[in-house]
Amino acid sequence: MKHPTAPRPGLLRRLLQRPSARLSLFLLACVFLSAVFLPLTLKYQSQLTSSSAFLAPNTEHLFGTDLNGRDVLARTLQGARISLLVGCAGALVSLCIGTSVGLLAGYAGGRLDALLMRLVDVLYAVPRLILIILLEFLLDPWLQKSLASLQDGRWVGYSKIAILIVALGCIEWLTMARIIRGQVLSLKTLPFIDAAQALGQSHFKILTRHLLPNLAGVIVVYLTLTVPAVMLDESFLSFLGLGVQAPQASWGTLLSDGAQALNPVRSHWWLLVFPATAMSLTLIALNFLGDALRDALAE
Amino acid sequence: MLIFLARRLSAMFGVLFCVITLTFLLLRAAPGGPFTRERKMPAAIELQLLAKYHLDGSLWQQYSEYISDLLHGDLRLSTKYRDRSVRELLAQSLPVSALLGGSAFILATLGGVLLGCLAAVRHRTTADALSTLLSLALISVPTFVTGPLLVLLFALYLGWFPVGGWHSLSSLILPAVTLAGPACATIARITRTSLLETLQAPYLRTARAKGVSASRVLFVHALKTALLPVVSYLGPLAAQLLTGSIVVESIFNLPGTGSFFVNAILNRDVFLLGGVVIVYCALLVLMNLAVDFAYTLLDPRIQLEA
Repeated sequence: MKHPTAPRPGLLRRLLQRPSARLSLFLLACVFLSAVFLPLTLKYQSQLTSSSAFLAPNTEHLFGTDLNGRDVLARTLQGARISLLVGCAGALVSLCIGTSVGLLAGYAGGRLDALLMRLVDVLYAVPRLILIILLEFLLDPWLQKSLASLQDGRWVGYSKIAILIVALGCIEWLTMARIIRGQVLSLKTLPFIDAAQALGQSHFKILTRHLLPNLAGVIVVYLTLTVPAVMLDESFLSFLGLGVQAPQASWGTLLSDGAQALNPVRSHWWLLVFPATAMSLTLIALNFLGDALRDALAE
Repeated sequence: MLIFLARRLSAMFGVLFCVITLTFLLLRAAPGGPFTRERKMPAAIELQLLAKYHLDGSLWQQYSEYISDLLHGDLRLSTKYRDRSVRELLAQSLPVSALLGGSAFILATLGGVLLGCLAAVRHRTTADALSTLLSLALISVPTFVTGPLLVLLFALYLGWFPVGGWHSLSSLILPAVTLAGPACATIARITRTSLLETLQAPYLRTARAKGVSASRVLFVHALKTALLPVVSYLGPLAAQLLTGSIVVESIFNLPGTGSFFVNAILNRDVFLLGGVVIVYCALLVLMNLAVDFAYTLLDPRIQLEA
């Protein structure tokens, strides 16, 4: 049986030897940098309305304008900011929960393990959408209140985004927990854990100093794969109108606007095609990177 | 065999019970009730309504009454679509979702296995790279992007299929393709990995050495073993596809079950949500059971263990 090990040195070099990884990293860097810096240089702000609605792409508005005469390029970049933020932060939340549950279940074993894994089974059986929406409702009043008390309520507008991050993070950890638990079960049988226990090290030390470093590879791979999963969930909720609220916009909201603007009489294709391309490229790049990372680790 | 079935079915009721409890309690704990409107209704009327739908009394009372009704086979009335029973609503919408999901399931399985075989047989060639790229792209791009794009191209621009609605067989094609896309890609990826591993096995070399034709080695000898991981993915996939997808049903304007999952929560329609969750969970467990039986058919070495 193959036991998980700490990543060998030179992981980055091995990763960069793969053309698909180089291309993905380049694409992601482009998306990230343009989402952060490009809006500062644009003539039109993402929330600036004008009387020129539904302009097709031209030199003034590269991606055209929408129903309210807003510049679609600026909106797409604004959407990128929010989608990337929710994706990365949500993946981090799920990483914390999934790793802790997996470590605990695998290391403690016995009843606690059985209990936690049955919980994971039941949560798998409930349709994910239902859990996310219910969590949103339950968290909403509490987060609104705590954000309102923070710095004179400057952050209240962001409460929906915060809720999305927490709720999606609380749902996406199931696979991570299962995988980490499996790895811990196999690591636990190795002599070095026995040695650490015989030396009288505390459980906490064994978990953080001996088990966690050996799991780093698996964790990094699943983190890279969780980011697109959370982004997909976020855009899905926003598409249904349950995610980011107007006037803020994520890629999901833009796509839902775009899908509604399709009709047999006149289709405003630019509303759909540009956000769809941006989002698809980002998600494909993230998934490719995760795959390449897994292969590089296995080498 | 019988003991195996009995144990699995009792486990199914355990899972069903947990899931129903969880959804019931969570939905009742969520702020707002099924009769909360923007204009507040008089307290007396709201109490009457709550009593009519058995939503008065303590939470424990509501819950135990609901469970006992369920055990008697009564799914109760929907609180949103007044005077229509959950059973009736499901009976109307499930056939639509099941037909759509069933065709998507067949499309995804056939397409995915073929694509995966192609990639594995032509390992490290352009065909392999292209099919890997295609499947990763299909996994990454959500159905609410592919759906509208397909509508834009095939319904609005080329005019081959209707834009939406539920009229004829041709209105089934675009939604089924949209729904099948990501599943097809996942199946292709699993098939490719598993087949690559299987093709190394000595028994296949023996078969080739004995002069069995290449296509027979691939499709009969190798694929039978390689399909095991695919089959275990197909179980949950079938449950998911057959109970409908809100995105595809809303894009193509189909009267299926998918929208109930979301709308029942938004309307705090506890019993409708309970109904769709029961259908979904029962399907999930039954499909997993079917997966176990398929295992023993594909690989006689595998025994059913309770």
